[in-house]
Amino acid sequence: MEARITLQVDGEPRSLTVDTRTTVLDALRDQLGVTSPKKGCDHGQCGACTVLLDGRRANSCLALAVAHDGAEVITSEGLAGGTPDGELHPVQRAFLEQDGFQCGYCTPGQVCSAAGIIEEAAAGHPSTATEDLQAEGGIDLTDAEIRERMSGNLCRCGAYVNIVAAVRQAAETAAARRDGAANPEVPVVTDSPTAESMPEHPEERA
Amino acid sequence: MIPFDYHRAEDAASAVALVSGTPGAAFLAGGTNLVDRMKLGVAQPTLLVDISRLPLDTVDVQEDGRVRIGTNVRNADLAANTVIRSRYPALSQALLAGASGQLRNLATTGGNLLQRTRCVYFQNPTTPCNKREPGTGCSAVEGYTRYHAILGASEDCVATHPSDMAVALAALDAAVVVMGPAGERVLPVSDLHRLPGNEPQKDTVLDHGELITAVELPPAPARSAYRKVRDRAAYAFALVSVAAALELDDDDAAVPVIRDVRIALGGVAHKPWRALQAEAVLRGAAATEDNFRSAADAELRHAETLNGNGFKVPMVRNTLAAVLRDLTGTAGPDASAPGTDHPEGPSGPDDAGWEK
Repeated sequence: MEARITLQVDGEPRSLTVDTRTTVLDALRDQLGVTSPKKGCDHGQCGACTVLLDGRRANSCLALAVAHDGAEVITSEGLAGGTPDGELHPVQRAFLEQDGFQCGYCTPGQVCSAAGIIEEAAAGHPSTATEDLQAEGGIDLTDAEIRERMSGNLCRCGAYVNIVAAVRQAAETAAARRDGAANPEVPVVTDSPTAESMPEHPEERA
Repeated sequence: MIPFDYHRAEDAASAVALVSGTPGAAFLAGGTNLVDRMKLGVAQPTLLVDISRLPLDTVDVQEDGRVRIGTNVRNADLAANTVIRSRYPALSQALLAGASGQLRNLATTGGNLLQRTRCVYFQNPTTPCNKREPGTGCSAVEGYTRYHAILGASEDCVATHPSDMAVALAALDAAVVVMGPAGERVLPVSDLHRLPGNEPQKDTVLDHGELITAVELPPAPARSAYRKVRDRAAYAFALVSVAAALELDDDDAAVPVIRDVRIALGGVAHKPWRALQAEAVLRGAAATEDNFRSAADAELRHAETLNGNGFKVPMVRNTLAAVLRDLTGTAGPDASAPGTDHPEGPSGPDDAGWEK
């Protein structure tokens, strides 16, 4: 059975016809050419396919596209502002500055998940690392909180130490912005050093 | 995955009518377990009836103190709900101990209850499994049994129910509201899931087409907690888990008395295991380590271990005692005394129950 659906992908309405068996992940990658969400395990275990689905991080490999007709999907590409020269999202900047990856395959999912946990913690959603379930208000993202909340994103390179550092930096940036004051501890980077140093495909670089 | 038709339900009653009248139909909510099983070839519905947009997604406190949880409330939202966190901490703790943040954002209350076992043989269509294909035999009995049952299993099936949430609901004495073609019925959550017997293909007592529309919690117990033991610290299924809810007399006494208690065990049976024998020992008893361990022993008297899960017997005993110590505010055993740091096992007094 086929169905006509529309997904709001990184700010653009995209209409397409899908077989009912198509997941949001396959619709994005195979039909819409949005390849930043990665297919790792395809069973909801690795988190490489994580996107923000209607504003919340979700495994796009387990979400049937037909069931999410009309949904807003933000991938790590959309987090960056959508254009090639768009500003990187603070989470993406933090991953670059803290070297939060090796091969990069899990990174788009890690980035979306990190953006999600910063919002979840600010909204006061607890985790098993939260000492006081009764506490009201936002929850500080300690390293223990970051490790627990990011546990649905696996990194087979084992870049976890720097991923924790990157999420910590991004969380501090977000907190500073919420407080309405620049945090002098957090370096501000306005462009991407990686983008400048790697203008071409790696094999074509001098 | 085999091709299937898709229908978005307009209301619960029409969804029930459609699934009831279509043998190959299944309800779709969050999809985190069903879609996975469809990919594995373990589930092969020919029609999915999507209930995920039905407005059964609120947590409502009733005038009589009961709390009604709509079936479509997401696991993440239920765990974060301030009423649940403050009055029913065991439920929040159980939800947060399950799956990952991404999955909890998708998974629903009703779907969590109806998820199926993660027994590796059930999930692998190339191996015999009585639950997946009745009559083909059980591959687990002589196989990999680290995650399998020690209570209430049968020779046809030794699988465990994987839900953390359901274990907490059992200890909280929750009820499940079910809509069927003939109307609504309410049953205790402890009666929803069944033991395998010789029909392990049936996880629950629900008929085809019956839809869980809500879960109801009775007024909150004074204290409740959930503790999960697993192979890694995050994002893993339980080896053993314990949920307990209790009321004390003489709260401030050095050794309070347990007026009432409900206990449920996870990771040990085909269903969340309500520990009625342990409860009977504890009701009216002083909150002492000896009584906690006597209660565990009473419950575990009929435990039957397999070649790879004997460790669960002392693990249940220790975890149950730890939960009860925390809930009653009583001190743990003296870790320096011989045999009390690990009261059972190779260095313990009776050396019983370790993996054989």
